[in-house]
Parts: sequence; C-alpha cells; structure tokens
Amino acid sequence: MTITATRGTRVDVPAALRKKRRRHRLVVLAFLAPWIAGFLMFFGYPFVATVYYSFTRYDLFTPPEFVGLLNYEFMVKDDPTVRIAVRNTLWLVALMVPAKILFALGLAQILTRLKSGVGFWRSVFYLPALAPPVAATIAFVFLFNPEYGVANAVLGVFGVDGPGWFTDPDWSKPSLTLLALWGAGDVMIILLAALLDVPRDLYDAADVDGAGPTQKFRFVTLPTISPVLGFAAITGVIQTLQYFTQAAVASGVASNRASTGKGGSDVLGFPEQSTLTYPLWLYVRGFGQNYLGYASALAMALLVVAFALTVLMLWRAPALMGGEGENS
Amino acid sequence: MRRTSRPASTIAVIAALALGATACTADTGDKSDIGKGGVTEPTTIEFWHFFADREAETIAAVVKDFEKKNPKITVNVKSGQDDEKMKQAISAGQAVDVGLSYSTDIVGTYCSKKAWRDLGPYIERDEVNLDDFPEVVRGYTAYKGTQCSMPMLADVYGLYYNKDLLKAGGYTEPPKTMSELAEMGDKLTKLDAKGNIVQAGFVPLMPFYENVASHLGPAFGAKWFDESGKPLIGTDPAWAEMLKWQKALLDKHGVDKWKKFYAGAGEEFSANNAFQTGKVAMNIDGEYRGAFIKADAPKLNYGTALMPVADSKSDLYGSGYVTGNIMGIGRGSKSPEAAWQLIKYLSTDTDAIVKLADGLRNIPTTKAALEKSSLKDDELFKPFIEIFNNPKSSSIPATPNGAAPQNTFATFIDSWQTGKVPNLETGLKGVDTQIEKDLKLAGA
Repeated sequence: MTITATRGTRVDVPAALRKKRRRHRLVVLAFLAPWIAGFLMFFGYPFVATVYYSFTRYDLFTPPEFVGLLNYEFMVKDDPTVRIAVRNTLWLVALMVPAKILFALGLAQILTRLKSGVGFWRSVFYLPALAPPVAATIAFVFLFNPEYGVANAVLGVFGVDGPGWFTDPDWSKPSLTLLALWGAGDVMIILLAALLDVPRDLYDAADVDGAGPTQKFRFVTLPTISPVLGFAAITGVIQTLQYFTQAAVASGVASNRASTGKGGSDVLGFPEQSTLTYPLWLYVRGFGQNYLGYASALAMALLVVAFALTVLMLWRAPALMGGEGENS
Repeated sequence: MRRTSRPASTIAVIAALALGATACTADTGDKSDIGKGGVTEPTTIEFWHFFADREAETIAAVVKDFEKKNPKITVNVKSGQDDEKMKQAISAGQAVDVGLSYSTDIVGTYCSKKAWRDLGPYIERDEVNLDDFPEVVRGYTAYKGTQCSMPMLADVYGLYYNKDLLKAGGYTEPPKTMSELAEMGDKLTKLDAKGNIVQAGFVPLMPFYENVASHLGPAFGAKWFDESGKPLIGTDPAWAEMLKWQKALLDKHGVDKWKKFYAGAGEEFSANNAFQTGKVAMNIDGEYRGAFIKADAPKLNYGTALMPVADSKSDLYGSGYVTGNIMGIGRGSKSPEAAWQLIKYLSTDTDAIVKLADGLRNIPTTKAALEKSSLKDDELFKPFIEIFNNPKSSSIPATPNGAAPQNTFATFIDSWQTGKVPNLETGLKGVDTQIEKDLKLAGA
C-alpha cells in the first residue's frame, strides 16, 4: 500500500515541476557527457573487450576464437615465467612501497623541523619526482654501472667493491627501489602537508602529559596523518602492481643489447628475469609473442588482485594505523 | 511500455562492445584480384622501417632512386619503427603499405595471419624468379607455402678477431674449431689484480651482443625443430654439447666475473662496443659490424673469419647462421600495387640491391647483385659471402608465436649458465615441453 501511495504521489507532481526536473537531469547529463564519453571510450570499452578477449585465442590479426578458460588454465598450470613475474612484483610491492613511504615520511619530518631554507630543500627533494621516468632510469643505470659508474667509484674510495646494481639479479630490484626512493618527492609533498596540518594543540597537550618524541609520533602524529598514509599506501600498491617503465628501461639499458627493431621484448627482465614484473610479462606475451588473448587473461588477474588488495587495505589500514576502525 | 531490466541491458551493452571488439579484426585484407600491374595515377605509399641515422640515409637515397624511376609513386618513409609498433599499426588497420623488419621471427605470424598480403600472385604475374635467392633466404621469407615477404639484403654471422690482440697472444690465424676458440679465448683473457676481467679473449656469456643460441647453434649442427614442427632442443645432442662447451668456458673465471665485464662492455650498437674498443679479442657478429667499425673505430686492426665449428662437425666449417631483412605489404594497404613495385625494386633490382648492400655493408641477396657489388672483393667481407652461399647454412624455422621459442630457450640458458640447472638433459627436455605448450596456446 505504501508503495502504491508513493507512486501515486509521483503521478501527482505538477507538470511544470516535472518539466523542471527533467531539464535539470538533462543539464546534469550534458555536463557529465564528456566524462561519460571518456569513461566509455577509455575504460568501459577496453575493460569489456579485455574480459572478452581473455576467453579467446587472439593474436591481433585474426578474429578472436573462443577458448573458454584455456588462458586462465595456462596461466595457472603452464606458464612458469608468470610465477617469476608475480614473485618480482610482490617483492616490489612488499619492499619498495613501504620503503618509499617511510623515506618520504622521514624527509617530510626533517623539513618540518628545519628553521630556514625550507622552500629550497622542499624543492630539492621534490624535483626528482618531476624527472621523466625514462630519462631518470637511464641516468640511474649509468650512475650505477659497476664498471664505470660514479656509485662504485665512490664506494671504491672507501675500499668497498661495489655490487652489480642493475646487472646482478640479487641487486636489480633493490636498485630499482633506490630509484623509487630518489623519486619519492611526490609522496613526500603530501605527507609534508599532512604533518603541517597536525594541530599544535595536540602536541602541547602531549608535552603537558610528559610524552617524549616517540610517544608524540606514535599517539599524535601517526593517527592524524593516517588517512594520508593510507592513501599513499593504496596508490603506491596499485602503481607498483603496474610497475613497467623503470623496469623496462633499466633492463634494456643494463643489458647492453640492441633492442632496436624488435621493440625490446627480448631484453626485458634482464638480468636473469629479476626485473621481469607482471606487467612486463603481460606485454611480452601480448605484443612480443602475439598472445593477446592470454595477455588479456593476465590483465584480468592483475585487476582482480589490485582490487582485492585495495579493498583489504581500505578495510584494515585505518585500524592498523591507529584510526577508529574499518569504518573510519 | 515494457522496460528492459538492468541486467539485460548490461548484457546487451557488453555484447555490443564485444562485437565491436571483434569487428576491428575482421578484415584479412587478402585480395586475389591484383590487376595487370603498373601504377598510372599519382599514389603515395608509406614505407616503415627500423633503420636510423647513417643506415636510414642509405635507405632514403635508394627510395629517391625508386621515385625517380616511378614518378607516379611517392614514398613516405617512416624510419625507426620497431616490429611491435608495426604490428599494432597493421592490426589497427593503418596503411603500412610496405613494412620492413630485420626479424624473420615474424614471418610465421604475418604469413599465417595474413597481416602481410600473400605476394604469390604478384610474383607469378611479374615472373619474379625466386630461384635468384638462395634456399635459406626463400625459407625465411615464406611460411608453409605462403610467400608473404621478400628479402632486402641478408645478415650472416661470422667471427671477428682483433689482429693485434691475437698477435700479442702468439696467434697468427683465427680459430677453426670450438676447442681452438676455447683455448685461444682463455689465453687471450686478461685479469687485473682483483681477478676482474679486463680483456676477454672470447665472451662465452649468452647473451653477449650477438653471442646467442641461434647464432652459435649452427656451429654445433643444432636443430630447433623437426620437419613436423616438433621442437628438438631436448633431443638433439648438439644443444647439450654447445651448452657444456659454453659453461666450461664460463666456469674458468666464474659467471659473475663475466657479467661484471659485460656490464662495462658498452652498448652493442654504440662506439663503446667492446670489440671496437679492443676489450674483446674474438667476437661473433654480423657482417654489418664492418660498417660500424669503419664509422666508429677506423683504426681497429681486425679480421673476419668463418665461424669455428664443433670439433666433431668439421663438415660444417664454412656454414653458419643466416637471416635478413624482410619486407611485406600490410593488409590495410590502400595501394598494394605501388607497395609491390617498391618491394620488387628493393628485392630484385640489381642496382638498388648493390647500392643498399654497399651502403649498409649487408649481404646482397641475389647472385647478380653479389657479382656487381664491391663487397665481393673485400677481404673482410668474403667470409660472410661464403657462409651465405654455403648450402649447410641455416636459419630458425618460423613459428606462429614469433620469437617465443627463442625466448624460452634464452630463459633456460640464463638458469644454466648461473648453475641453477641440476640436470642439463632433463632441463632441455623441459624447454621442449614449454615450447610445445606455447605453440598449443597459439593454436599451432
């Protein structure tokens, strides 16, 4: 009965008001139209097409052939390299992301304590984040070349025989992490803003209670900036799951091999597949070896993992960082 | 009025988008009616190739000659294009009228998937004699009977050696067998006080520049596939022999020392190439290296030689690995006739081939061009011509998944040379298994 009454009420809306509402909706739709068009073109269509292709055998040149779950079965059972790519990517997610956030937080903390020259140092620390990733990676690989690089020359002055950095499989991912730390200015700047936003009253109250620097950081700073830390962690994880450019350029340059003409697929992952991230392997399979259907299945798996990790972090992160729980 | 339910409309949208996705790939572009030939209306075609700098200038000069001879055709040259860009452009329906690649790995895909048009009707109509090309060239330009590409010069791999370094080591001749190469390579390798390699006699690492399985395998008589397309890496003993020979050389100084040397060796196609700077005494490389040495290290005192072969395969001496640049007409080409005219010119016109070969220092692919080229009298070039003409020279058979078999093998070699393979024979059988699985995924 209630429903009928509600519907009846809608019918009773005056025609002029209905017309006004309809016009309002059309205006809203018109303003949203560019976004909707972009969304459908650059997300909706590619997403649906990727889902579709993931169930097909597709090589770019011939029409896709439906193969059911074959690509997903192959991924789980018959592609040993995908496991290497997953391991490399998880390594970067587990170590590079926290390292970058902690490093950026440390820099931001230092900047909040500086008495003078804050603007200068803020610019200095932020500038590397503006460097194009390709150029920055090439420069880094040269600086860390074990034979003629500056890094090992400096270490040599102290009698240390520097490692192979980007040419040693044990050092290649830590070297990429160093590169990420160097470019941590983007995270630093938002953490600096968050730190400067912590109310002074809270620190004063903590001082009155006799809290030391560690306690103030643990019970005042951290809870206050936890939403920003959570944001940095979630975006960091998503970006690292898609880690491509730096790994591709570093492997290409460090391998000393020509990739001209072939598009680089045969040097990606150098040395010994230690820099072969999941998106790189997806690219090699899709565009180097013509398995576009299989690459689509790899992309779907990546989407599911990224989505699951994001949900997990949104659910648990506030509680872990001293917030009010999963609903905060 | 009946309204479509939300799930039903969602499915309809997904289906429409999926159909749209498939529609993008429907045109195979195979036109059987090719007309009588000749271009009568002004036509512009796009020519995509991978060359850059000095080499691109040579290509541009020959294309100008073509335009003079064919005034109705204008060629828009797109240099510096890699295979993956070309692949994406062709699949998107872009008019890549003539595409040039140095990777014969793509022939299997491009021919079987009709990314490049079948040139058979043009070849037949214009009575192009494919017998002008050696068998190995005919092999890598076609796939399962479909001739979708034509050759534009060939690449042959032989041995480069630094005469001064060999002389300092007491050698006057380059090695002819793998045991000689190993012995000389070891003797010519020099270490510093810390045990780091400062001069390499021969770098056994794979990959090291052009020292890769596909280039070294023929010297051991190793075969990739049998007649039916079944991989032979796990069953042809030549592969195991090659890898054991290579590992023994690596182990003399340890793989880490070699890797450290490689890290400072300089990029392959730069003036810092380690052979060009005198850091490597003997190196496997293509005939094109001569042009780079001339440009970047003209004072280098070097020689070239046939590839050394396995001691037990002396009959293979004089043969080697042959590959080359290949050209095809993209299926989206709007002017296939003009595109064919350019391909025919670049692959069969003697003067054009000679100009290209002399400019790029690549092997001319026809006998007539080889006779006319100044390269035939060049002592440094002769070994490559001999390998090219040797009937035992070979290439890698094309597969529908491009370089995937080579990539799989290269990954295995990475593990092997770092001592992570407990049993070589079992490991090589695993390579075959993976190659077969990959081929099955490709629908082969």
